Amino acid sequence: MLSNKHIVRISVTIAVISWLFLLILDLFILFEVSNNMNVGFHREASAFLLGLFFVALFLFYKIRIEKAESINFIDLLWRVFVTGLLATIVSFTIRFFYFILGSSNLAENTYLINFFYHINLGLISAFIISTLIVWKRLILYQKTKKLIILWQIFEYALLFSILLNFFGIEILGELAYNIIFFLLILLGIILSVNLKWVAYLNFKQKWKSILLIILVILYLIYFFINLRTYSADYGPVIITDLLDNLFVRALFGFILTYCIFSLLVILFNLPTSSVFEQKFEDVINFQRLSQSIQTGKNEEQVLEILLDSSASAVLAGAGWIEIFKHNKENKYLKTDNLSIKAIRRITEAIRKSKIKNLLETEIYSIGNVSKMTSSIKDSKFKSALLVPLIVQKKQIGIMALLKDVNEGFNKEIIDIIRTFANQACISIENFRLLGEAIENERYKEELKIARKVQQSLLPSDLISNTCFEISGFSVSADEVGGDYYDTYQLSDHKFVLVIGDVSGKGTSAAFNMSQMKGVFYSLVQLDLSSKEFLIHANNALSRCLEKTSFITLSIYIVNTRERTIEFSRAGHCPTLYYSGENGTSSFMENKGLGLGILRNDNYKNYVEVNQINYSTGDIMMLYTDGITEARNELNEEFGYQKLKEFLDEHATQDPKLIQENLLETLYKFVGGKSRYDDYSALIIRFK
Amino acid sequence: MIDISNKTEEDFLILTLGGEVDASSSIHLDKALGKAIEQNHKKILVDCNNLNYISSAGLGVFMSYIEDFQSQNINLVLFGLSDKVKNVFEILGLDQLLKISKNLEEAKSLC
Repeated sequence: MLSNKHIVRISVTIAVISWLFLLILDLFILFEVSNNMNVGFHREASAFLLGLFFVALFLFYKIRIEKAESINFIDLLWRVFVTGLLATIVSFTIRFFYFILGSSNLAENTYLINFFYHINLGLISAFIISTLIVWKRLILYQKTKKLIILWQIFEYALLFSILLNFFGIEILGELAYNIIFFLLILLGIILSVNLKWVAYLNFKQKWKSILLIILVILYLIYFFINLRTYSADYGPVIITDLLDNLFVRALFGFILTYCIFSLLVILFNLPTSSVFEQKFEDVINFQRLSQSIQTGKNEEQVLEILLDSSASAVLAGAGWIEIFKHNKENKYLKTDNLSIKAIRRITEAIRKSKIKNLLETEIYSIGNVSKMTSSIKDSKFKSALLVPLIVQKKQIGIMALLKDVNEGFNKEIIDIIRTFANQACISIENFRLLGEAIENERYKEELKIARKVQQSLLPSDLISNTCFEISGFSVSADEVGGDYYDTYQLSDHKFVLVIGDVSGKGTSAAFNMSQMKGVFYSLVQLDLSSKEFLIHANNALSRCLEKTSFITLSIYIVNTRERTIEFSRAGHCPTLYYSGENGTSSFMENKGLGLGILRNDNYKNYVEVNQINYSTGDIMMLYTDGITEARNELNEEFGYQKLKEFLDEHATQDPKLIQENLLETLYKFVGGKSRYDDYSALIIRFK
Repeated sequence: MIDISNKTEEDFLILTLGGEVDASSSIHLDKALGKAIEQNHKKILVDCNNLNYISSAGLGVFMSYIEDFQSQNINLVLFGLSDKVKNVFEILGLDQLLKISKNLEEAKSLC
């Protein structure tokens, strides 16, 4: 298939060549006629060239206009206008030329007359054919299948009329000629009622269209008269008379009909045009409001769009939005023609009107507000409309619209404004929900990091030795707990165990815990006594912890050679000790004070150091208060007594098994795993 | 949840705590104690008869004012603690830094 570009080139070439040949042939025929020679087949050839010229022009404009991307109606009409203008200017130039020639011999020269006639012929043909294509685009705007078929019939009929010209009016007979002409015009009239494009013109465009169409009509009339003048003045010497051409006549008729139809429809549409435009703008404003959330506008920008849209929708003279700021001065968004002073003046006027309750009470839903508009006594404005703005069942502000006429807001307008306001509020609500969701997500992410940090702070491997078995665990279900335990081997027979609890939850707990771990590893290597360790730890942590934070810690230094345990307690819950010899367990009580509570040198007065000897089969259970404070459905605590009973019962088991059983017992007590679980323990059994 | 009410008796300020003091409600306790110090009360009695539970965050509040009490010569006495609540104070060692008594009369005499 040939591309459009090729068709354009070929059609232009054919049009030019056929026009040139037509000119030459007609001049030749004129020569034959004036010398009384036999014309022969030359007239048929002339008709053929004219037909070819029309078809070439038709193809050219079909591609140039029909395939053009722009569907702007004014642009289309403008093309028609320009083509017509060109043809008119050339035609006037020719007239002017003749005017100068006056009645000289040259003016009477039939060859020159024919030459100029052909120039007119070419330009007028171009004008009417291009106009036909433009009309086609206008008519087929919003096409239906039926309409397309009808148009195709019209086009074929026109093509047929070009073919008919071969035979000439003489052969066809006047009646047949007129019938065909009438049928073509009838088809044209039927097509001319398709004027949907007019509805899409705004007020300004309608005026432009009217102007352009009137000019097109003027062109048509002028061209027609021009051609008629030629026929009347030089009839016999004009070889190809355009007005005899059925195709040209039909086009003149059709174009004129459509012009008149369009003109009338546009004129009648002018008064309602503003209403249509308003509706269209409402829809666009509505879209702007609903899209404002996606385009990353903030709340104030959404409200600005609301005010703009509302003011333009109601053709309101002025308006403002008061945004309620709690504990701060309310913020005003306003139209340009209002001053803050004017707003205060009008607010006072509204306070005296029947919609004053809208200003005075907080509104939770627009639904129960029946009256939103009222007349006001103000020097400039006569009526006011108040629309409360409600987001998440809370009033965030109020919009006021003003008009300089009485009862300026009818029910329909109020409905539109309410819809606008609702849409804006939904946008703002979505905006806030999105913000909250992001905030929530960030908080969750933070907790996740805190949990990771906390887990990484707990030792993955505990010390191991032939003299004891050890097992430790820490469970925190949802929140980040502050439990900490650790072990350290000082020498081949000296081991340190600690367990602690950092006050607070979440990131701050994880943070404090990492400080505790740092302090532990720094101090434990110094091989201090348990009391010295706590004094130093208190000193260090007092400088790091925030005012209300503290850490409880118990430290145990196990000497496997002397089989002794030295221990000190810094406010941590007392360790449970099972004596294999006695067959019962008890809590290792001694004096102590949490780290970071007393942040001065007096701390040493509050800690003790104790020492016990251990024997084979003894068990030491270090734990955190999450275990003793675990609660069941009756809100009872697990408590110290149950813990003691548990250890007594499981004392023969190895630490790993004790650990498993302890967790099982706890879950059984609280009734399954819950998000409040926060258990840690370190169990050591001596051999 | 926590209920805090206060009244003055002679030159004593009596803060009555009820319910549970956990991480979130400890803020109210902090405010109440901060206000009492600001209002220059020198004898503060804390009635814990209706206090069911206190978390480490609650203990942290008392702890954070210990220095203020010492430097400003403020006498703060807790009284009417349940065994459980008292145990919490004792384990942490706060009983060594704060005065704890059985009842109001004893608390007043300790001030």
